[in-house]
Amino acid sequence: MTGGRLNVVLLTAPAVLLMLVFLVGPLLCLIALSFTDYQLGAPSISFVGLANYDEMTGDDTVRISIGNTLIYVAIVVPVSVALGLGAALLIDADGSLRGFYSAAYFLPVMATLIAMAIVWGFMLDPRIGAVNFALKAFGFKPLDFLHDRKLVLFTLCGIGIWQSVGFNMVLFMAGLTAIPSELYEAAAIDGARRGGSRFALVTWPMLAPVTLFTVVITAIRAFQVFDTVQVLTDGGPNKASEVLLHTIYAEAFGYFRVGYAAALVVVFLVFILALSAIRVFVLDRGRQTS
Amino acid sequence: MRGHRLTAPMRLVRHLVLLLGTVAMLAPFVLMVATSFKPKEEIFAAEFHLLPQRLGAAENYHEALTQVPLLHFLLNGAIVTAAIFALQVLVNVPAAYALAKLRFRGRATLFGAVLVCLLIPYQAIALPIYILFYWLGLLNTYAALVLPFTISVFGIFLMRQFFLGVPDDLIDAARIDGMSEYGIVWSVMAPAAIPAIVAFGIFSVVAHWNDYFWPLIAVGDLGLYTPPLGIAHLKLNGEGTAYGPLMAAATIVIAPLVLAFLLAQRRFVEGITFTGLKG
Repeated sequence: MTGGRLNVVLLTAPAVLLMLVFLVGPLLCLIALSFTDYQLGAPSISFVGLANYDEMTGDDTVRISIGNTLIYVAIVVPVSVALGLGAALLIDADGSLRGFYSAAYFLPVMATLIAMAIVWGFMLDPRIGAVNFALKAFGFKPLDFLHDRKLVLFTLCGIGIWQSVGFNMVLFMAGLTAIPSELYEAAAIDGARRGGSRFALVTWPMLAPVTLFTVVITAIRAFQVFDTVQVLTDGGPNKASEVLLHTIYAEAFGYFRVGYAAALVVVFLVFILALSAIRVFVLDRGRQTS
Repeated sequence: MRGHRLTAPMRLVRHLVLLLGTVAMLAPFVLMVATSFKPKEEIFAAEFHLLPQRLGAAENYHEALTQVPLLHFLLNGAIVTAAIFALQVLVNVPAAYALAKLRFRGRATLFGAVLVCLLIPYQAIALPIYILFYWLGLLNTYAALVLPFTISVFGIFLMRQFFLGVPDDLIDAARIDGMSEYGIVWSVMAPAAIPAIVAFGIFSVVAHWNDYFWPLIAVGDLGLYTPPLGIAHLKLNGEGTAYGPLMAAATIVIAPLVLAFLLAQRRFVEGITFTGLKG
């Protein structure tokens, strides 16, 4: 089918134009800016080569920030994927209260994170927070979850996990539905009747592509952690919860050092693209095997 | 695991474990609503009661609605999310149709560009767009909140996949009837793609109603605040420990989406899982 040239232009022009203005253009600008000393509002701009990237290697805040982000991802991803898988398997194992459970687990995914972060902030209050009331009831000492340097990052991980379990659960439920029931029948004939062997023989191998996919997506989302940090800790105390996107935000809109912030964004982008590369690889393999 | 009957003790274990998880998942919501009903002295009491002993709902909700113009923020949120979605459909559905059903020079390049752009997280390009709007004098406007999201390569991708499955006969018949390509997009393709458009709509509305990063950067006037900015403002600039009104505000902010979700659970799950493709 050949569309007239004019038709094609009319149909695609708005999208192409907006793609150039709001995606391709900004991306190229970002990379260019990362080689400059541009400051917002400053009248001049000059090329500084790799100076921004050089500065980064000696910047303690950046080092701490990248380290914290990696720790955050390394905790949130495995825990929330495992819990999501567990929830999906348990919910799928029987029909009873299925809708109720999946709605309950999915609710945190839907609810405005910034509002729920504030609720968590209240729940974790050392004096009047429900979590500390519970700790005291079980005979533990109350903890200052958001102001204790050793604790704060793990607290944020906990909120991140709470928010993403339902998302992973839904992906796994979709994966489970796609497993043909003949496979279970065949496994039963081969003697795999109990839950454990059925899981090892059929469910887990069949879920492998979904699992990898879920891991990558959760990792990308975890890398973008920002809302909870910005509203609950502002990166503190003493940078103990500083994460990459928050550092970028502070450099760009707190200190207006656009050139330096752009270089940090490039680093952020490299992490995301590396993860995306895995995703593309997985998708390709999925297409070949299916 | 279908076709596999659980034994009675296993059924019990399933419920116990899932209920434990449910408590953890729902606790913040329950506490939020319960606290929004409590008077100040109960919130700060040395003893914990989940249910309010005396109702303080009226003062908390009154405070939440008057300390900041919360209803105005909700209206802003509705305007912004609706405008984004409407423009996304207008811009991206025709392009998706062209990519799926028309043959033209540059099609492969365009689709390749869509796939590459899918990988860019918007936080990465927020800074250059901010500078662009700064020079154009567009910061602090509704346009600043809406324009960057009018292009959705994810929407193009999703709709293209859907359009590929629409039979060519349908389009040929419309052409024989003398319909223009633009007419085909809106009177033949779009109606056939309602399920995909609904799913994309849910994804889009949820993402932009909840978005905090871009509005935080793009607007500073209280009059343009979206609900997430509004509640963060109440927490950070108001009395940060006035938990009663704060919980009331949180309840109001999440209520529209949560209610919609409870009414159309299936569609929401579908819509959000589509983002699985996007991340």
